[in-house]
Amino acid sequence: MLTFAVRRLVLAVPTLLFISFVIFMLLQLAPGDPMAQVPLTVPPEVKQKMREALGVGEPPLVQYWKWLVQVFWLEPKVFIDWLTNSSTLLGWLPDTQLYQGELRVISWQTRSPVMDIVIQRIPQTLWVVGMAYVVGILIALPIGIYSAYRQYSVFDQSGTFITMIGFSIPPFFTGPLLIVIFSVQLGWFPSIYDTTHVVNDWASFKYQLQQMILPVMVLALQTTAQISRYMRASMLDNLNQDYVRTARAKGLSEAVVVTVHVLRNSMIPVITVIALNVPSIFGGAIITENVFKVNGIGQLLITALFANDLPMVMTLTFIFAVLIVLFNLIADILYGLLDPRIRYD
Amino acid sequence: MTEPVQATPTPIEALADKGPLEPPRSQWLDVWDQFRKHKGAMFGGGFLLFITLAVLLGPYLWQVDAQKLDIRNKDLRPIWNLLWDSGAKVAWNRPFGTDQLGRDQLAQIIQGGRTSMAVGWAAMVLSLIIGTTVGVLAGFVRKADGLLMRLTDLFLSLPILPLLLVAVTLFRQPLREAFGPEGGMFVLIVGIIAITSWMPTARIVRGDILALKEREFILAARSIGTTPFRIVQRHLLPNVLSPIMVSATLGLATAIITESALSFLGVGFPSDFPTWGKMLADAVQRMQQFPERVYLPGIAISLTVLSVNYLGDGLRDALDPRIRGR
Repeated sequence: MLTFAVRRLVLAVPTLLFISFVIFMLLQLAPGDPMAQVPLTVPPEVKQKMREALGVGEPPLVQYWKWLVQVFWLEPKVFIDWLTNSSTLLGWLPDTQLYQGELRVISWQTRSPVMDIVIQRIPQTLWVVGMAYVVGILIALPIGIYSAYRQYSVFDQSGTFITMIGFSIPPFFTGPLLIVIFSVQLGWFPSIYDTTHVVNDWASFKYQLQQMILPVMVLALQTTAQISRYMRASMLDNLNQDYVRTARAKGLSEAVVVTVHVLRNSMIPVITVIALNVPSIFGGAIITENVFKVNGIGQLLITALFANDLPMVMTLTFIFAVLIVLFNLIADILYGLLDPRIRYD
Repeated sequence: MTEPVQATPTPIEALADKGPLEPPRSQWLDVWDQFRKHKGAMFGGGFLLFITLAVLLGPYLWQVDAQKLDIRNKDLRPIWNLLWDSGAKVAWNRPFGTDQLGRDQLAQIIQGGRTSMAVGWAAMVLSLIIGTTVGVLAGFVRKADGLLMRLTDLFLSLPILPLLLVAVTLFRQPLREAFGPEGGMFVLIVGIIAITSWMPTARIVRGDILALKEREFILAARSIGTTPFRIVQRHLLPNVLSPIMVSATLGLATAIITESALSFLGVGFPSDFPTWGKMLADAVQRMQQFPERVYLPGIAISLTVLSVNYLGDGLRDALDPRIRGR
């Protein structure tokens, strides 16, 4: 198991390098010029110097190498400095001061380090999208279990119908639909997610809950649809097994048979699916974030794309790719850990 | 002297053959019978047929130019608003109303449906071709297997939606110059959706081919000197048809949704060219005053995708020989 994990981890490095190379070269083809917004009165040679200051003058391979150095060498240094300097967890350690003011990955839009902006945006995304994922799973598991236990019952049929709807209605339709119903006609919830809102007392906490409900509903519908389908199928596979009949024959109660014997075995594939979908928490909510004006990672990517901010786009897509590869690995390892029949060696 | 035995003796009554009562059943007849039992699938198939015919024949029945501006008759409400609001601004020759530039909504829905369905079908077919080719090659040619599957894994670990957005913004200009504004966008969107969605098909097909090629009938075919190409064409492809058909329905659904999502985010077709996603995106700004402009394209997208999904569900059941006949 350990050798398998190590081997996969080592294999992930060339994969990620290749992906980053492909994305980088793709972005090199982009027609935009970071100096397009600079006034025409600025002389061309000054513009050229500004371009070089942003790192555009060099050949693509050199640029790629510098980006690699910045992301894999300088940014970790900055992160370690931050950990030992201002974080509460490791703040007691002596200040390391590894970062000596070298050029980091700079966004063309804001002229500030890309990683700083990403760190600013992550909490909003994690709160809304992560919460939606948790809520979706919590709803999906009981639905999946019960509709498998009562296969072809009214509950199962309607559950199937609702999951089909969840699959089929895209978030850019459910979003406006819910806004029209709940914030325009009923006036219960705000339609725009206010990220500057500070929770410091009961009333502001209530407001925070209210503004989170709509985006969480939209995202949770999709998660629920997917996970409950998997849960149902996996329960159905296990419910007809011999060991279930044995458990019943021993005289165990139905509750014990279903929740202890069947559920624990059925959770194995479901947990890997849950792990596989975690990267989409960080990157997949682009549309929902756009509809509800949540300024998270997805919205950051869209604005960066429209503003032709290539370093930002490059770094963000690379972060998404890292997450996908990482959680693929985690899912495989989890599968091996949870199911003793699976042996990778 | 015994009588000669008749050439065809009359059989004993009890042993007489009642004759084949039914003609022999083909596999596809069985599939169809099982498919018919799935109500949702029948409904989905029917609706898909209806919407396809509607967008194909619609422009001939409803001969209004979807892009014609008619500012005098802008912001007309749909005709059914009369039911609860007798003072609503409606016109009988504009049954679905008009938008803020006076373009006819019904014609736009039909025109947008044409685009969405065309993109969906084309992207689905293209991604099936890529996926099946890669899957068959990886399963059948042992040397190519490792390389092709690594490639598939690589594509699976790409962040799809961000890459779609990147690619559309990057290649919009050159393709527009090559194929014109609409044609270039069509080629671009179809190509990009296909390139980023062939991986599941390839994996399924490879798995099936790997199992099939060890079977006896392939050995028999090989022993009588069938060329590898003919083996793939005559023996392997027909046997992997059912998983391909199921992933085709899934591919159609995702292609329609992806195209609408791109249009919604504003990176799809040019602004005067209606698609369902673009109509929805344009209407969101004023959805408080004119909610029907959000509902109509949204319902069109959702119902189409829902019917395709149900169709796929029914096909999966009908094509699975373990379920069929139960």
